[in-house]
Amino acid sequence: MSAPSGITMATLTKDIRLEWRSKDAINSMLFFALLVVVVFSFSFDPVAEESRHIAGGLVWIAFLFAAVVALNQTWAREIRNQVLDAYRVSPAPANALFLAKAVGNFIFVALLEALMTPLFIMFYKLRALGPAWQLLPVAVLGTWAIVVNGTFFAAMSLRTRSREIMLPLLLFPITIPALLSMVEATTTILVGDPSTSAKFWMVLLATYDVVFTTGCLALFETVLHAE
Amino acid sequence: MKKAFPILGLLTAALLSFALYEALVVAPREQTMGDVQRIFYYHVPSAWTAFLLFAINFLASVQYLVRPRPQADKIANWIVIALGALTSIGAYVVRPLPQNMYPSSVVTTGVAIVGLYFLIKKYFSEQETDILALTTAEVGVVFCTVVLVTGPLWARPVWGIWWTWDVRLTSTLVLWLIYVSYLMLRRFSTSGQTPVLAAALAVFGALDVPLVYFSIWFFRTQHPQPVIGGGGSIDPRMLHVLLINWLAFLCFAFLVCWSRYRLEQLQREVEETQALEALLEPRSTVR
Amino acid sequence: MNDPNTARAQADPIITVTNLIKQFGRFAALRGVTASFEAGRLYGVLGENGAGKTTLLRVLAGLVRPTRGTVAILGKGDPREACREFGYMAHPSLLYDEMSGMENVRYFARLYGIQNDARCAQSITAVGLDPELGRPVGQYSQGMRQRMSLARALLHDPKILLLDEPFSNVDIRSAREMVKLLAHMRDQGKTVFVVTHQASLLDGAADQFVWMQAGEIINRTPDRKYMETA
Repeated sequence: MSAPSGITMATLTKDIRLEWRSKDAINSMLFFALLVVVVFSFSFDPVAEESRHIAGGLVWIAFLFAAVVALNQTWAREIRNQVLDAYRVSPAPANALFLAKAVGNFIFVALLEALMTPLFIMFYKLRALGPAWQLLPVAVLGTWAIVVNGTFFAAMSLRTRSREIMLPLLLFPITIPALLSMVEATTTILVGDPSTSAKFWMVLLATYDVVFTTGCLALFETVLHAE
Repeated sequence: MKKAFPILGLLTAALLSFALYEALVVAPREQTMGDVQRIFYYHVPSAWTAFLLFAINFLASVQYLVRPRPQADKIANWIVIALGALTSIGAYVVRPLPQNMYPSSVVTTGVAIVGLYFLIKKYFSEQETDILALTTAEVGVVFCTVVLVTGPLWARPVWGIWWTWDVRLTSTLVLWLIYVSYLMLRRFSTSGQTPVLAAALAVFGALDVPLVYFSIWFFRTQHPQPVIGGGGSIDPRMLHVLLINWLAFLCFAFLVCWSRYRLEQLQREVEETQALEALLEPRSTVR
Repeated sequence: MNDPNTARAQADPIITVTNLIKQFGRFAALRGVTASFEAGRLYGVLGENGAGKTTLLRVLAGLVRPTRGTVAILGKGDPREACREFGYMAHPSLLYDEMSGMENVRYFARLYGIQNDARCAQSITAVGLDPELGRPVGQYSQGMRQRMSLARALLHDPKILLLDEPFSNVDIRSAREMVKLLAHMRDQGKTVFVVTHQASLLDGAADQFVWMQAGEIINRTPDRKYMETA
């Protein structure tokens, strides 16, 4: 294993260990995810037919909000006791830290999504009429899109006042094309109209992921070492 | 600046008045929409001006990021030239062009962007590129707001709806959101290196723009809705008035940017002088 | 002071700062600091709050970029290039509260490319703590925490130690042990910078006291007899 990926793995396992030990964070996140699903379900109570058309949007917005709360929190740990300084003075490359944080966030948000999805299916009586297996790549690509930029902007907002509100302020506009793609892809799959396909959306999501992962990796060092 | 500015100001005022006259009186009455269509002469030039300003912001941000690193600087030069070349070639190869654009206008845009990049590189120092980025972002947001306000004002009487998620209007809205978040970052940042963070955000925004455009374009092909502003060719007399208005808007934007730029420059000079004074004067031992 | 130092007095400077200026807006934390520091010495950096001691250390550690002026550490113009050669410690512990001491040190060792558990245990024992202690660092006393932070700063065997208020809120016994350790490190050829308000702890250990005031170094003395006049 080359040095940077070793550091990435070490940082990732460290984060997972810390997350596991401070169980209040996980518990409150899980409960928040549950609340979001319930509140959304109360607000919209559609018939099964209609629900397929709107569920895509609702689910992804719920995931987005849960992700923002999770993202804010994973960097907060590095600010306590100024631990980030210890990383900055070390020879460890900035990108190793970024990847570790992004992957860690991805796992965390995926966990939340895995929890929220069955609840949504239950409350909205969802059943995919299209190729349901396609939902998995959409979920993976979409979650990565939110998480990669979210990790980057969360790090950026460490250097701002009103840190917690800056993250969604910066993240949401940039994420719009990805969000549109996720929602449309999901809706297409759920509705199962044979004349449409989610493939274009998946390609767009993949492009978005590649473009912004590259951008984040190129610019993260600058952000990390900004005073 | 003391001499040139008032003169240019008067000229611009004259040009704007002339352009207004052209738009309201001289331009032919549109067949289907009537006089309401004349708002088009405000809507479209504002959009083009906003896009130009945001493009300059992007180029200035890239410059600000790469100039301290000579290697990245060289790579950026080549990328810019390559993009210009690709755009020019693509304008004649890709058929049909989206939004019924003319190949010549695409080539002009491509070449202009390359030209602007190297002009900025030559005439603006590192600090000045940052001031340029800030200025164009602020003025760009204002013009973008004009687009977003005139759009619905136009749509309502003509199509009966305030808003439609059509490609151009939605893309403009997202661009506006991105740049407002840019301005918020500038305002809320406590870092000593705000310009760097803002430049990074501007680059992200620019990377986002084509993705925004394609995603909404495809969305629209799936869910068609009326297009505000229409596509298709434009009556040459209308084009003439449109271009006059654009020229007037560009002059106006230039003046506003110039004064904002000078303001920021002077403000920074004052801060630097104050900092220098604080450096030189003896500090009391009791704090 | 100690005889071994007379030989080291002819040593090349290991750190040189020239006209170092750092301004935060209008506040000038460092106003033109010019100095060189030799290898193998223990420097006590003293001064009031706001004198610029922390800023100076942070500039040396590469955490803060100077507004003007240059820093040369081991001949390198950018402190980040020399990052393997120095260890940094500050008043916050720079440790993860939820992990044990060994887990913390093991992680930070990884950042320096060190995968050897024995070395981690060694630096923990060097500061007088037990590597087997499974208690999370957040539950340590301040003295233990600062010592663990020192272990973290030492683990990659750096040539230079930059310590900002290491004895702050630490019990007297732990503090004295830390000073003994630092003097021992100095005897082994390391260069140690200690910013502290408890200058008396360094009596007998420090080779030189660097007095800072209002962003400048106003004097450098071999002992604490010098007191700035108000």
